[in-house]
Amino acid sequence: MAGINATRLVKEYPGGVRGVDEVDVEINDGEFFALLGPSGCGKTTLLRSIAGLEAISSGQLVIGDRDVTDAEPGARGVAMVFQDYALFPHMDVADNIAYPLRIKRVKRDDRRATAEKVADGLSLQGLIERRPGQLSGGQQQRVALARAVATRPDVLLLDEPLSNLDARLRLEARTFLKELQRDLGVTTVFVTHDQAEALALADRIAVMKAGKLQQIGSPREVFQRPNNTFVAGFIGSNPMNLVPATVSAGAIAIGDAVSTTLPPGTEDHVREGQSVVWGVRPEYLRWTTADEPGAIAAEVSVVENLGASVLIAVHVDGHKLQVVVPEDHEPAPGDRGYLVPTGSKTLLFDAESTERIG
Amino acid sequence: MTASTTTPAGSLTAPRRRRADDVAGLGTARAGIFVAPALTLIGLFLLFPAVWTIWLGMTDYRLTGLQAASPEFVGLDNYVEALTDPSFWNSLWLTLVFVVASGIVGQTLIGFALAWSVRNIHGWVKALIEGLVLAAWVIPASVASFLWLVLMDRRSGTLNGLLGTDGYAWLIEHPMEAIILFNIWVGTAFSMQLFSSALSAVPPSQIESAKMVGASGWQQLRDVIIPNIKGHILTNTLLITLWTFNTFTPYLVTAGGPNGKTEILSVYIYETAIPGGQLGLGAAISLIMLLINLVIALAYIRVSRGRKKG
Ligand SMILES: Nc1ncnc2c1ncn2[C@@H]1O[C@H](COP(=O)(O)OP(=O)(O)OP(=O)(O)O)[C@@H](O)[C@H]1O
Ligand SMILES: [Mg+2]
Repeated sequence: MAGINATRLVKEYPGGVRGVDEVDVEINDGEFFALLGPSGCGKTTLLRSIAGLEAISSGQLVIGDRDVTDAEPGARGVAMVFQDYALFPHMDVADNIAYPLRIKRVKRDDRRATAEKVADGLSLQGLIERRPGQLSGGQQQRVALARAVATRPDVLLLDEPLSNLDARLRLEARTFLKELQRDLGVTTVFVTHDQAEALALADRIAVMKAGKLQQIGSPREVFQRPNNTFVAGFIGSNPMNLVPATVSAGAIAIGDAVSTTLPPGTEDHVREGQSVVWGVRPEYLRWTTADEPGAIAAEVSVVENLGASVLIAVHVDGHKLQVVVPEDHEPAPGDRGYLVPTGSKTLLFDAESTERIG
Repeated sequence: MTASTTTPAGSLTAPRRRRADDVAGLGTARAGIFVAPALTLIGLFLLFPAVWTIWLGMTDYRLTGLQAASPEFVGLDNYVEALTDPSFWNSLWLTLVFVVASGIVGQTLIGFALAWSVRNIHGWVKALIEGLVLAAWVIPASVASFLWLVLMDRRSGTLNGLLGTDGYAWLIEHPMEAIILFNIWVGTAFSMQLFSSALSAVPPSQIESAKMVGASGWQQLRDVIIPNIKGHILTNTLLITLWTFNTFTPYLVTAGGPNGKTEILSVYIYETAIPGGQLGLGAAISLIMLLINLVIALAYIRVSRGRKKG
């Protein structure tokens, strides 16, 4: 078992694109770590740099207590599951799982025994003699996992492991993956662009954008205290409302007519007239028809049913906000009413730097 | 796909099948009219010469003389003559050596090695190598053979100039080696191109999976690449075998000589039929050659079928 420590890691592709740009990250031993970000932000590049499939341009990578910056992929104690699983189509499941052992010159019978044991652990009993082409997507994914863990690696890398599964299977596989990781206690880094997946699975999440790290923290931290407006907008199944505003007379002025209180703990960090972005999650806005102190007047424009709740889009002085309303209380488009923010859950960002204030 | 898997209910099977057989709805007679021109052409240019060769092979037809005017039917005499002639067997042996050395080993291995080594190169170096190899393929055979004659010439040949071995007659001392190298040079481009495209179709993640567990270059080749391109290897081997077996171009370099040392089967037939004048015998040997081709092709089909099943 081993932790991973990257220092000022840079991967520059020919042509000057920096897939990974000066990334510092420390992943603890046994941790389930997610790399999260939009498409093209460099998640795969970072993962492949850790794997040794991409040569690192500059910086240092330590796995366990060994500097592996220039080590061969096979000499890092790292196993990887690819997005397309990369099973060998000409080998049956047993041979696929046992392939790493074959390279390590384990005897045939021992290989077979290990493969069967690992396959059992991943509920692949009875499939051991099939070819990958005769398996479902979920089964293929488990074979790929089995092949990766068969050699008991120090570090397990997963590139969008769930993205090829349909929605229902993905939820199943998610639980499965979490259990497997807990049982093995293997340091796991997995790439995803699905924030819900990252929040659900990871011990800690690193959010990336354009090759650079935006924030590293527990799911709760990145959800509740995003470092900047990018993370705030990216995390959460309904994106956070980010409203341009100015600080005026100890409150936040949205447009000319509307104002709301400063989030707690920001009072000492703002100055009069500062341009800011006020952030509040749709879940932390309450819709009422009666005016109350701190409420913001709004008009409903669209109503979307989410099942147990309803997502409404409202207009506040020319800005569009989203609000989650419990079912049975939903307003109709055109209704006028008030939004009451849960004061302690609102955030303030500097408009220029986009960093969180306070 | 069989009809039963696409038909949801058994009762629908009969009408469906009829429709599937006659997609255009023309009926046999009218459909026949449409394919008649194609069949005529095939018959005229492919079937007729083949049948004619079979017929010729059973006569004593000659290029000149009495039998040229009125050839006589001689049954299987030509075949007996060919198969009992040691020079035929010698020629067959030379062909075998030629096919194995220049086709199967030379072109396939060198073609693969070239495809393998340029696969990670990009830009002008790759274009240059591919261009050079392809050039050897597209240059007309007559020009290519002339280039080799110049290269290997006894007096003032390029090779002798380079090695400082003026006066050494490569084409007389090493005629077989010469035409083998010549044929490799001419034909390698095909294998290289075929393997290049085959290699680019191997999923990179499979190769990387092997790398991740520490597989050496050779192990990646053995466990991932070759199994993935097996079909291409088979196809390439079949085509190369047939082409090399039938090629006549080496004649332009050594003319079958010296002393029959490079008289591969195609050259042997030519020598028998045209300068030798024995068209009947030549036709008979041609047919034997055709049968050998058929056997090779059938063997290939068997192997590739077995591969698909297994
Ligand atoms: N081989 C390459 N050569 C040049 N640029 C590359 C190469 N591979 C990736 N890039 C660039 O590096 C950046 C990061 O790519 P990467 O594949 O790591 O993104 P990602 O976060 O994994 O995205 P996705 O979610 O779409 O998989 C992108 O801008 C991409 O265009
Ligand atoms: Mg990716």
